[in-house]
Amino acid sequence: MANPVLQVENLVKRYGDVEAVRGVSFSVSEGEVFGLLGPNGAGKTSTIEILEGLRDPDGGRATVCGLDPQKNPNELKNEIGATLQATSLPDKLRVGEALSLFTGFYKRTRNPDDLLKRFGLEDKRNSFYNQLSGGQKQRLALALALVNDPRVLFLDEPTAGLDPQVRREIYGIIEELKQEKKTIVLTTHYIEEAERLCDRVAIIDHGKLIAQGTPRDLKQRSADTTRVEVRLAKPANNGTLKALDGVTDARELDGAYVLHCQRTAPAIVALVKHLEVEGNELVSLEIATPSLEDVFIELTGRRLRD
Amino acid sequence: MKTILKLAAVRIRITLRNKAFLFFSLIMPMAIFFLYGSVFAKGRPQAVAYLMGPILSFTVMGTFWGLSMQLVTWREQGILRRFRLAPIPASSMIGSSILANYLLILPTVILELLLARFIYHVGSFGNLFSVFVLVILGITSFGALGLTVASVTNTMQETQIINQLLWFALIFLSGATVPLAALPWVAQRVALFLPATYLIFGLQRAVLYGTSIFSLGVELASLAAWAALAFVISSLLFRWEPEAKLPRNAKLWAVATILPFLLLGIWENRNGTLLSTAAFMMGDRPADSSAPQTKP
Repeated sequence: MANPVLQVENLVKRYGDVEAVRGVSFSVSEGEVFGLLGPNGAGKTSTIEILEGLRDPDGGRATVCGLDPQKNPNELKNEIGATLQATSLPDKLRVGEALSLFTGFYKRTRNPDDLLKRFGLEDKRNSFYNQLSGGQKQRLALALALVNDPRVLFLDEPTAGLDPQVRREIYGIIEELKQEKKTIVLTTHYIEEAERLCDRVAIIDHGKLIAQGTPRDLKQRSADTTRVEVRLAKPANNGTLKALDGVTDARELDGAYVLHCQRTAPAIVALVKHLEVEGNELVSLEIATPSLEDVFIELTGRRLRD
Repeated sequence: MKTILKLAAVRIRITLRNKAFLFFSLIMPMAIFFLYGSVFAKGRPQAVAYLMGPILSFTVMGTFWGLSMQLVTWREQGILRRFRLAPIPASSMIGSSILANYLLILPTVILELLLARFIYHVGSFGNLFSVFVLVILGITSFGALGLTVASVTNTMQETQIINQLLWFALIFLSGATVPLAALPWVAQRVALFLPATYLIFGLQRAVLYGTSIFSLGVELASLAAWAALAFVISSLLFRWEPEAKLPRNAKLWAVATILPFLLLGIWENRNGTLLSTAAFMMGDRPADSSAPQTKP
């Protein structure tokens, strides 16, 4: 790989008896946007916080910008920027003050006024932190992550809890950073976010990396299948659904049945006939081309959103 | 050092915007000042001078509340985590707390001295230099006490409970409310183990007899030793994350901060003259003044 700016080998993190990260390995090259995609509790945050130097791993090795996050935390902190989950700023701190305060901690800096302008916070300069909306707080968090013009940017669930419009706004900002060739590592449990923003995605579940590649490569796994999601009046048997003509895989997920079909039309015909014989009825039917979600379902048998 | 100054400046600004701060750092000390000055001392200059020790100590001791609460709140809300992402060592975070606290309290102390002079016509504060050295050391050491409390407690509730317990011990057993010499014999003996006692006693001697810092060696050394120990221990135990676990022996370490006063208390109980001097000081007041205590 060309210029890996970040390397992770066999990372392990335990909390008491719980193994949150169980041997994760990946590397990210300069200028790449890398996504860790997985459900809540998959170990994404633990992984990223080890790379930021906020947590110590219980095993394995990590290098960021050639530095060991545990051995050289202060050198590392000068090279990286990050937004965190479960964080805040003092209520009575003004936006402008926050930016100039954090700018003052670093050797290499960007002009705080430019950042305010860029993130649309100019007219909020004198607002207190507790007067900001969720989207504004997140924009401020992104601006703060950039005060030292970092080589690597870590974004932990950058759009979690934001409404769809604000989310698209944040996507726009991340896309701009991507055009500037910033190396970005982000975690998300939104398929859309991973597909839209990431050059490469690693799917993580129960602390293990179960697949990685470009969103297109990953979807290629189920490229020749179509996803048919049906809801039925009465429960049906997965096994019999799977045996239907043209169906390659069938799983029950939260009361719906997700069928992966190689030939869609014969599969639907077979399904309808089968339901008629069983005296069952079709409540809804949805046909979609496979997304990263289907890759996740195929690998884990569960949906991403819990 | 640059980082400490910047953090301290921002913390002062944030604190001044907080209404609770104004209450605890200005309104409450002022209420105590006027209660002591007008009610207990009936406005008589000599009696007010005698009570300046307790009045100033109240202001100085109160600092541990604000500091411990702010640090615990910042940790609970994830504010400290955000600061941790920047290259800031724990010692800068702690150093800036103490510096900010010091600069926030000092104006109240000066105001109390000025009001005593101009409203109650206290003619002399004895050795003003000694008074300031004691106040500075007092703010630092009680601030460090607040940081130690913050480092061994996990939630705001725990912090408040410990603060209440400490506060009552500090104000009732030290001569801050009832003069030391008027306390029951057992309480007087216990008071010899409390840092607050030495702060108040030192301030009273400086104000009433103009005692120089060289003669306040015991008081100054013990407060300084306490401040240094509490600072080192709270730096070692500092936690940026709410879920970070305390090292198993952390509470023992925190208890170690009382060591200077444990030794001093034992020594004073055996050989000291503090209690007899305190009794003398109380009797030395003009006969017409009445302090908080009324019983002989």
